[in-house]
Amino acid sequence: MNEYYKKYNANVHRGVHSLGQKATEEYEKAHQKVADFINAKFEEIIFTKSTTESLNLLAYSLTRKLNKGDEIVLTEMEHHSNLVPWQQLAKQRGLTVKFIHVNEEGKLDLGNAKKLITSNTKIVSVTHMSNVLGTINNVKDIGKIAHGKNALFIVDAAQSVPHFKIDVKDLDCDFMAFSAHKMCGPTGIGVLYGKKQLLEKLDPFLYGGDMISEVRFDDSSWNELPWKFEAGTPNIAEAIGLGRAIDFLNKIGMENIKEYEEYLTEYALNRLSKINNFVIYGPKKAENRGSVISFNIKGVHPHDVSTILDRYDIATRGGHMCAMPLVTKVLGAGSVCRSSFYFYNTTEDVDKLVNGIEKVKEVFRI
Amino acid sequence: MKENLDPNWIGNSEEDEIYKENILDHFKNPRNFKPLKDYDIYHKEFNPVCGDQIELFVKLNGTKVIDVGFIGKGCAISMASASMLTEKLKDLSLNQIKNIKKEEVLEMIGIPLGIVRMKCGLLSLKTLINGIKIVEEKNEQVSY
Repeated sequence: MNEYYKKYNANVHRGVHSLGQKATEEYEKAHQKVADFINAKFEEIIFTKSTTESLNLLAYSLTRKLNKGDEIVLTEMEHHSNLVPWQQLAKQRGLTVKFIHVNEEGKLDLGNAKKLITSNTKIVSVTHMSNVLGTINNVKDIGKIAHGKNALFIVDAAQSVPHFKIDVKDLDCDFMAFSAHKMCGPTGIGVLYGKKQLLEKLDPFLYGGDMISEVRFDDSSWNELPWKFEAGTPNIAEAIGLGRAIDFLNKIGMENIKEYEEYLTEYALNRLSKINNFVIYGPKKAENRGSVISFNIKGVHPHDVSTILDRYDIATRGGHMCAMPLVTKVLGAGSVCRSSFYFYNTTEDVDKLVNGIEKVKEVFRI
Repeated sequence: MKENLDPNWIGNSEEDEIYKENILDHFKNPRNFKPLKDYDIYHKEFNPVCGDQIELFVKLNGTKVIDVGFIGKGCAISMASASMLTEKLKDLSLNQIKNIKKEEVLEMIGIPLGIVRMKCGLLSLKTLINGIKIVEEKNEQVSY
């Protein structure tokens, strides 16, 4: 990223000068790296500013083609970014949104999914891994149910892409969204993957520079994929940064990351489950579970927990985790505290967290 | 983010109190923690950051505050500040409570808050000010 700003800071797909050439080359290389990383084609990778923007792009573009009474199926464990866009566009266009239930173990009720996904369903959009519960959903099976009813299948992979190997061909999803900042990359850059034949049929979301082929005063035609969906000057440095992050992850190996995180999660669940007056949300075993662990200390608000843990250099998130309906209605908590581990964390970090939690209990005399 | 690591706010060393005793006291034994059946000002506010919520009730006699109550749930900072604020309101005039400054509330809390926790600390004041506004807007409409 620094190199871009120092040595070839120029726009892409515009000037014919050598700086612009180099910038374009590097920017396109980043698309290829992302494509290879998830087993997609170059044309199928669209850069946005975030997962949220990717999902909004889909919500706006896809719902245009739907009719009153058509249904969209989501799950109760969606992040706001995969809930609010659909909810609001459904309101505007007279569509119905349904939610697949989360059971007591914090897993999706597949029986309920089969009931909710019918021939009226046009879109099924599901998170690959819950950012609150850590549950890894069997998206392949849900995709099969969706496709069985001719619905489009979208995966919010913001939580999964950083942690284990994703193959969009194997998952057979029609679209997928994720962000760089959760995979050691910079903020301000997200990805939308879409099957080529679907992206070709879809109208652009944003209009303007770089996304056009020919413009007349009365009409325009669109650029080829993926640029058709990348209007305006993109986040060039951030895109290059995402490419570098992928190099870094590949060097470590996604299999190694997955294996190590499972070990760490198991260790954390083991230690945390021994604490009194303490609730852990989500699946109790590390198998098919990501490394985010949400919890509450009975009688202490998560933000007070976070503030005290911060004193011991432990950064946790407290609140509703941008999944308010899940936290309040399904878990029945006002908010929760979340610890998230990545491959750079160690068992000593887990021990520090456990000690920190004991300190919180001391302060609040619990 | 180290904004909450101010030594005055969390204590200077391991042995110091992290949350000042009066905050813990107000959090565990909130004063005026009750809904009022008869009130002139009522309002509910949320702090989406923490999921804090406060419902505040004020009963006036003329322009003088004669009773105050609040209910809600949230973090120690938001609940303690609401509890302290209700204590302060009693016997003040409507004009006086309208003009309570956020600095006064922060002084009551007595610990420096960072930009994020500031929302918790000032939620009760925001509830009060917006509640008064709603009543005043209603009265204006009546006088038309």
